Amino acid sequence: MENEQVLLEVKGLRKFFPIRKGFWQRAVGHVRAVDGIDFHVYKGETFGIVGESGCGKTTASRCIVRALQPTAGEIHFRVNDGEMTDVANLSRDELQPLRRHMQMIFQDPFSSLNPRMTLFDIIGEPLLVNGVADRRQRIERVEELLALVGLRPEFLQRFPHAFSGGQRQRIGIARALALNPSLIVADEPVSALDVSVQAQILNLLLELQERLGLTYLFVAHDLSVVKHICDRVAVMYVGRVVETAQTQQLFESPKHPYTEALLSAVPQPDPTLRSQRIILEGEVADPANPPSGCYFHPRCRYAVDLCREQTPELEEVEPGHAVSCHRALELDLAGTLDAPIPQTAHS
Amino acid sequence: MQDDRQPILSVRNLKTSFFTDEGIVRAVDGASFDVHLGQTLGIVGESGCGKSVTALSILGIVPRPGRIVEGEILLRREPEDGQAHEIALTSLGDSSREMRSIRGAEIALVFQEPMTSLSPVHTIGNQIIGAARLHRNLTRREAGELAVELLSLVGIPRAEAAIDAYPFQLSGGLRQRALIALALSCEPRILIADEPTTALDVTTQAQILDLLRSLQEQNGMAIMLITHDMGVIAEMADQVVVMYLGRVVEEGPVETVFGESKHPYTQSLLRSIPSIHSTPKVQLPTITGTIPHPYNRPAGCPFHPRCPDVIPGVCDKHEPELHSVGDEHLVSCFLYHPVPETIS
Repeated sequence: MENEQVLLEVKGLRKFFPIRKGFWQRAVGHVRAVDGIDFHVYKGETFGIVGESGCGKTTASRCIVRALQPTAGEIHFRVNDGEMTDVANLSRDELQPLRRHMQMIFQDPFSSLNPRMTLFDIIGEPLLVNGVADRRQRIERVEELLALVGLRPEFLQRFPHAFSGGQRQRIGIARALALNPSLIVADEPVSALDVSVQAQILNLLLELQERLGLTYLFVAHDLSVVKHICDRVAVMYVGRVVETAQTQQLFESPKHPYTEALLSAVPQPDPTLRSQRIILEGEVADPANPPSGCYFHPRCRYAVDLCREQTPELEEVEPGHAVSCHRALELDLAGTLDAPIPQTAHS
Repeated sequence: MQDDRQPILSVRNLKTSFFTDEGIVRAVDGASFDVHLGQTLGIVGESGCGKSVTALSILGIVPRPGRIVEGEILLRREPEDGQAHEIALTSLGDSSREMRSIRGAEIALVFQEPMTSLSPVHTIGNQIIGAARLHRNLTRREAGELAVELLSLVGIPRAEAAIDAYPFQLSGGLRQRALIALALSCEPRILIADEPTTALDVTTQAQILDLLRSLQEQNGMAIMLITHDMGVIAEMADQVVVMYLGRVVEEGPVETVFGESKHPYTQSLLRSIPSIHSTPKVQLPTITGTIPHPYNRPAGCPFHPRCPDVIPGVCDKHEPELHSVGDEHLVSCFLYHPVPETIS
């Protein structure tokens, strides 16, 4: 893994949203949506960001494609296997030629497609914007893309309302692929879909990655999906990365108490696994007014005085496994794969 | 004590249709199941399978242009004079006095979206007090005390202060707890929870499921849990009903339905879910195609166009019925019951 090429490197990324009050709309405080995160993504892999709502995972992904202007930090992105460019600090004009290399897939397949545009207009628009002026050429490319995502090319002149949720998500994927991007940022791409359709889209994403050598930044809250599709995972809590590791490692031996609780909270589709869950007390901390020390300490069952006073740094405990917890090395936390349950029954 | 084997609520061949301008949508098309006290019945299915309409039918609040066209819903009352008796909810008018006394009191409902099902202009406390006083003979003071008691029961911190809070001041998890407190205010014997945790995060979901379970242990109510999440069903339910396009395709104890599922739909649905224990990065077995639009339901078995085990000439012509394939295990599929005599 180490000698692989890094496609994306995020350093100290911060995004604060001001809270404005009063007649002059003066900023009285900040929502620290993303509060200094670091990670890197290798070319060709799927990197997952998981966390609960409000943890900043969507804000982070939007900053990376520069849909939002980060408050601070660097986002290094490699274009065409060449030099790394810091996209966080480029101007609009400088950014324009780079945008085609990073594309997004959105969560809601209903609101992310313009109902007044045909599939040809929707999928062809990125081509038009990027200078493919010839209509013939665009039609050809859109037909090719439709076939690639498993839709019939005859659908070209139809409108999105004629399609089901899963098919619409395929349209969104085709649009993202139109410009041959190297990085796809997928923000909860399957969470709005029905279970049986979800599997089809996950399969499509895996297949496309293999065929086109794509790199995915996969933002999700569903840990089973993340486990299935991601190579490496970062767990976020209140704007910070609390743990990052290879997927297998993270699920087998989590080192952060929050990861442990998160893993244990996932209901498994198997009634024989009704285990004792770790029920976290209280609520996710308010990113406008985070607690002192480690943000997780008020809900952490292992918290000691040190956790209340000092903020832990993200430190590597094993190669490729970084944790931000004062007690990472002394705690023995339970993973989900301790007792591998064979795939029984459903065959 | 009531006999455990006597269901508190029986739904028999329920059919609810929506008569729209474009055609008739048979949202629920012959659903039958029983709900027992102290047990959790899980109803699972994908969107459009009729699970929510089933809940609305039981409460008599199916929105126009829908109505119950056939079937019976029987509610069993506590024996008062030594004899238990059953009330057919379908024969009561939707807005009759009796139905209104049952709805919200004996049968309470918890919706998916706590923001839209709580009134934004009333405090949490007032909503609970209002509901409790409507159904129970309480003074305002008693109802107020009850509200505080309920809010602390469902685990809302500083309940005395929380009764004066408006729903927008609470987080999603706390709102869902408040909604559960509201549903419990009249001591229901049946709690219908329609996707109670779908809008919540996993750790909050674990809290709410844990709460529902401990409440059931305390007061022995029956819970009808409606969800699309197989994981939640496996976690919570005693009995499971699997629905597809308005029909019950499989029904049985939770271990049986998950461990020895018989219906091809249940089997493929379970296979298509990525699990923490499954091999990563492999292609998941999928169900081909999509759920048909309710206006053009396939003839015969509704699942046959997507079914891997379809029997041509049978599944597309005849409608299968629920047949027993084992202890309390019912399946509606021609693989397990004889094909009816062809009347050609």
